[in-house]
Amino acid sequence: MDVLFDILGSANFWAAAIRIATPLIFGVLGALICERAGVLNLGIEGIFVAGAMAGWLAVYLGAGLWGGVLIAALAGALFGLLHALLTVILGLSQHVSGIGITLLATSVSYFTYRTALPDVSSPPRIAAFQPVSIPGLSDLPFIGPALFQQTPLTFLALVFVALVALVLYRTPLGLAIRAVGDNPASVEAQGLSVMGLRVGAVVVGSALMALGGAFLTMSAFDAFFFGMVNGRGWICIALVVFASWQPGKALLGALLFGAFDAFQIRLQAQIGQVVPGQVFLMMPYLLSIVALILVARRADYPRALLQPWTKGQRH
Amino acid sequence: MRSTPTMTDAPVLLSLQNITKRFGALTANDGISLDLHRGKILALLGENGAGKTTLMNILFGHYVQDEGDVQVLSKGGLTALPPGSPGAALKAGIGMVHQHFTLAENLSGLANIRLGTEPLLSFGREGAARAKVQKIIAESGLDVDLDRRVADLTVGEKQRIEILKALYRDAKVLILDEPTAVLTPQEADGLFVVLRRLAANGLGVIFISHKLGEVLAVSHRILVLRGGKKAGELVTANADRRAIADLMVGKAVAAVVRTPASPGEVLFALENVSLHGAGGRSLSGVDLKLRAGEVVGLAGVSGNGQSGIAALISGLAVPTGGTMRLYGETVTRADPRALVANGVARMPEDRQHDGVVGTMSVADNIAIEEVRSAAFSKMGFLDRKAMRDRATAAIAGYDVRCQGPDAEARLLSGGNVQKLILARVLERGPRVILANQPTRGLDVGAQAEVHRRILAARDRGAAVLVISEDLDELFALADRFVVVRAGELHDAGPSEGLDRGTIGLMMAGQSHARAEMAS
Repeated sequence: MDVLFDILGSANFWAAAIRIATPLIFGVLGALICERAGVLNLGIEGIFVAGAMAGWLAVYLGAGLWGGVLIAALAGALFGLLHALLTVILGLSQHVSGIGITLLATSVSYFTYRTALPDVSSPPRIAAFQPVSIPGLSDLPFIGPALFQQTPLTFLALVFVALVALVLYRTPLGLAIRAVGDNPASVEAQGLSVMGLRVGAVVVGSALMALGGAFLTMSAFDAFFFGMVNGRGWICIALVVFASWQPGKALLGALLFGAFDAFQIRLQAQIGQVVPGQVFLMMPYLLSIVALILVARRADYPRALLQPWTKGQRH
Repeated sequence: MRSTPTMTDAPVLLSLQNITKRFGALTANDGISLDLHRGKILALLGENGAGKTTLMNILFGHYVQDEGDVQVLSKGGLTALPPGSPGAALKAGIGMVHQHFTLAENLSGLANIRLGTEPLLSFGREGAARAKVQKIIAESGLDVDLDRRVADLTVGEKQRIEILKALYRDAKVLILDEPTAVLTPQEADGLFVVLRRLAANGLGVIFISHKLGEVLAVSHRILVLRGGKKAGELVTANADRRAIADLMVGKAVAAVVRTPASPGEVLFALENVSLHGAGGRSLSGVDLKLRAGEVVGLAGVSGNGQSGIAALISGLAVPTGGTMRLYGETVTRADPRALVANGVARMPEDRQHDGVVGTMSVADNIAIEEVRSAAFSKMGFLDRKAMRDRATAAIAGYDVRCQGPDAEARLLSGGNVQKLILARVLERGPRVILANQPTRGLDVGAQAEVHRRILAARDRGAAVLVISEDLDELFALADRFVVVRAGELHDAGPSEGLDRGTIGLMMAGQSHARAEMAS
């Protein structure tokens, strides 16, 4: 018990939880936007890799940190556009296309890395984003170091949570996106473009996913490694269900996962001699599954998720 | 064949010229022309599959015609609408209320009405939208809760949202596809009042229907379609009921005669049954007996517990209190397959949604309830040939109009889906039959056919429960009436000696109306 309180009582733990949650916040928001419009984007895992790679390489080649962020988002948008062409315009299977995008984006990223840097043996480093202090807030005891000493990308992720919620629930655009994921016929009958909304949602959602990847190479670490995304994209797909497709709950889910992960690292350090390390590594995933079981049974899926829309056919 | 001189006073709002549309080998519309005048209600009358809905979908840009033009009145006179663009149709002032609603069920009614009417990135327009909708509601009488999720609304309320959607966009032309198919008689009368008021204010209305009575009641002019072609066009005031019916069907329809019943043993019973459920499904203290060789008609305003009773008989729910018996044995488990195997036939209320699997073939849908039986399987494998043979026989025997046993069920019109379901459930020789809204949305010919089949099943000794919002239908079929209100069931007795007024009063909550009227 003492161990538990030691960990939960340290500001360091909470800061780590938020840091670990950041790429997941980007990813789960991106997946949420796609799925609200009715498109499952299993390309997320590969788009993470592409974002991580593209952002890092841009900075390495001198683009500047925010230039790198922009390049990463563009790379994500590009793969999103491909996924949208295949699934929305051509109406192909979203599962098949998504997995194809993941394989393609991962391979292209590795290939680009190797081609751009043929002679390096150890991954070159860049000057990554550093934690910023927010005057006043960051100086608060406990709360300050726990919540307000993060890198700019973490704050950006939080801004996006609010922004996505605002657009989704407070603008006609959000109305249209929620409608097109429930019943595309309702959108078409009101004179909006089903294709346009869905393509747009997938492109924007994919750009956000890529920012999750960019956080890894430009904020959490300062270099690009093979295999560094390590399933984070897939976790986001599960978190969307956990979040019932709501931005606020998506943030909560990402933070919960971040907390599990930060907790297991610390627990491992404290009682790692007794229990094998793999048990701790497994923990956040196990807890995600438990959380999903509790929530997903009542999940209110967008009704038109996975269903392609073809105009001029009988429905 | 153009309009009569009295009609030329008002300007033409909309003109269709030689519209032709083919689906594969089927020609759904064959060179159809029509004119709609300002302030007039034009009825488009025809049987299921006559091409009414297809024509309207072309007009609204959901389908692209193979030939012909849609012209709409704009500032410079009649101009052709670009084909296949609902946006252009909306902009030109055409509003459409589809038979199958185009509503996003996860959104509120107000959100559905606003959808697509505002700049995509804008804020704070909800208040103005609400005020405008409430003004329209006040003027038209289309009363509905704007803030409830559409998924939680009744069918009638969803339709009101659909009409409001069109009016909200200042439609000049309002198209209603089978609008009364989902309404109670009272609601339908209310709708007619609304439509006449809207027409008087200058709207042009196209009213698609297969019900002669209401077409005569509400329209100024009637255009009859048959087999995708224009069969005739007439002014309602001069129209003769008989002549229109013949135009529509192409042959005379014989009335269905119900012979006196000879009720036998009780096959299905609910004893003091209660059921907890959401959305008008709850029941309390319900007693119901279905006897062999008797049709029981269940009347009631939609949402008073009909769906609960239907769920019980369908095996989708078991009572939370009381006893449900099938052939005298207590049913304790919700087990649709066991019920079906024991001779219970079900015609679901929402036949498109619950009755068929749209993406599966007609043959698959015919066999779907008994794929495990020896009739359709051999050593655990599907017997495709038997399924196709049964489907071919059903298509012929029940006049299911489709491209054949391999056609996808979603391509069938509503009436043909119902015939498919009839073929599926009646060919087994069921002993207990649940017919939930059996002819909702069906035309005269198909309706008579369904009624004949149900009565034939009764005469064979089946116990039948008909749930319907159409009182005429209940009087045509039922030997005995029960009325459901607020989850309670009231016995109204044999149908002889009952009239619409008595049932109407019981539906409205005066369960002792019969006794009072007798005294």
